[in-house]
Amino acid sequence: MEKVLFGDNQFFAVSHISDERSRAQSIQFKEDSVILKVLESAREAGINTFMCTTHDRIANVCDTMRKNKKQWAKFNIYPCMPYAHKYANAVTELGVLGTIKQYVPGNIFSTFAQGGLAFVSNNYEKLITLLIDAEMKMFKDISTPVIFLQNVLVDMILGLKMNDVFVIYDRYIRERYKAEPGYITMNLPALFDVLASRGIQNPIICSSINKTGFRMSGGKERYEQYLREKEFRPIAMQVLAGGALKPQEAIEYLGNFPRIESVLFGASSKNHIIETKRLIEKHLGR
Amino acid sequence: MLKVGIIGLGKMGISHAAIAGAHPDVEMAGVCDTSSFMLNAFKKFTSTETFSDFKEMIKTQHPDAVFVATPTKFHFPIVKYALENNIHVFCEKPFCLKCEEGKALAELADKKKLVNQVGYHNRFIGTFREMKRLLQANVLGELVHFTGEAYGPVVVKEKGGTWRSKREEGGGCLYDYASHVLNLIQEVISRPVKVNGTLLKSIYSHDVEDAVFALMALQNGISGVLSINWSDETYRKMSTSLTVIGKKGKIICDATEIKIYLKEENKREHLEKGWTIRSIAEYAIPVNYYLRGEEYSAQIDNFIDCIKSGKQSTINTFEQAQYTDRVIEMILSEAKRA
Repeated sequence: MEKVLFGDNQFFAVSHISDERSRAQSIQFKEDSVILKVLESAREAGINTFMCTTHDRIANVCDTMRKNKKQWAKFNIYPCMPYAHKYANAVTELGVLGTIKQYVPGNIFSTFAQGGLAFVSNNYEKLITLLIDAEMKMFKDISTPVIFLQNVLVDMILGLKMNDVFVIYDRYIRERYKAEPGYITMNLPALFDVLASRGIQNPIICSSINKTGFRMSGGKERYEQYLREKEFRPIAMQVLAGGALKPQEAIEYLGNFPRIESVLFGASSKNHIIETKRLIEKHLGR
Repeated sequence: MLKVGIIGLGKMGISHAAIAGAHPDVEMAGVCDTSSFMLNAFKKFTSTETFSDFKEMIKTQHPDAVFVATPTKFHFPIVKYALENNIHVFCEKPFCLKCEEGKALAELADKKKLVNQVGYHNRFIGTFREMKRLLQANVLGELVHFTGEAYGPVVVKEKGGTWRSKREEGGGCLYDYASHVLNLIQEVISRPVKVNGTLLKSIYSHDVEDAVFALMALQNGISGVLSINWSDETYRKMSTSLTVIGKKGKIICDATEIKIYLKEENKREHLEKGWTIRSIAEYAIPVNYYLRGEEYSAQIDNFIDCIKSGKQSTINTFEQAQYTDRVIEMILSEAKRA
């Protein structure tokens, strides 16, 4: 993985610290061309990985990349699935099964022509792989060397202790997509322990890592201990602690943990991208 | 260890099951639902006992506490049965479809000295807690007006399928979205005592309203506006906010930040003249396990702590929730009258 990963929250009105900023961003990035322009700035600054949710609009970004193959030849996307609010809003309106019917490609009853609903209800593994395929469809012919499960889902599976779901995910991503599975979480120590107990070794785990302990559930001390002692491939996100930290101070802190492989950040302006990348490389190396 | 059962495995039941399941003092005694799809998932992937009948779960597992997250119309019989069996109850919002039912449950829980809490999770969001504190510290002086709002993209097309599209089962924007804001107004500002004029608008739904607008008067003498719309796709997810205007300034608060405008500096609260903007990062309640927001874990931590320490919850009690039900009924009867 590259040291610097470019994120997508700014494109989709995802601000964890200001609803108002969210709305401003959704106006700024109304056109896909504006998103692509920022991605080009990131690429020109030497960032070749875009870590993004499987939002509908990413499909358009992928279309453009496929059309301009030469320009985007070295560029990777790390998909993060699913775009959770799409499902959460659907579950409120349609229920759990209604949502699955809506999002599994084709008609789920014809997919399982033989047994219909009863068959679906007992073939969770098949259902999981179908949902993964549905989310991955937009990335056809695009390099996706790491594929992430979003934190809402990871942390839900973790809390429900449905740990075999991680095993199914891990295996399917490796076998079907020849990619490395990754996990986003707000509960790093607990997740690491569960993955380790299921034989998932040296996993890629993306979590909040910041000096103030913001969204580091289980406590900052435990996170720091795991970052020092445990064998996994950490990606740091929310490094600015929801805006509480200045970039210099925030990234300097990450420098205490040389095993952090990558830092995920999003930005909208070229200068901001260049400056943040410089800081990351200064404190964490290239 | 507390033995906990989950009744209803929709969005909130699953969320509660995950959060309670991750709590170090909780042992999952069982989950209950009518859908075999969810029960089979628990059977396949967990060692939790599954039930299709909540009475059977209670009889065989003897849980110390249950989480009730069924469609609203089932809250009353299930909660009543649990209380009668001396079980602490956390119930999803809104509480009950009939005020007298909620009132009876609140009285029963108090009589039995059982911990009772309802899932109005916004009360555990740090920014709204800070807003309540600042209002109690009188930073705005005499209050003049409030606005309570919530917008989001739940029903953005003409279709409808589940109980949420049926009024008699507790569907519609009033029960689902507006109840959150009514509860916040009630607990952060003051209890609504009168509703003067209501608009319930269907935008895409056939049998329920997608938007609610109302003018309301509160116990503390101020009046204001309720404005709710769950068919607004300019919002990525539910966005809830309260604004209060006083003679000395104004506070605008949502789940992500609190914005305070003061005509003069307030030294005691370290608030400058003009705008002060503070983010949730300053006020978030630290939790051991995080899913979807600190508030969802914090409310369950509070419920578990109360049971363990043998004290009553003071936040989101049945009594508070049944008052919110009463305000919903005021809005409905005002809409009918008009």
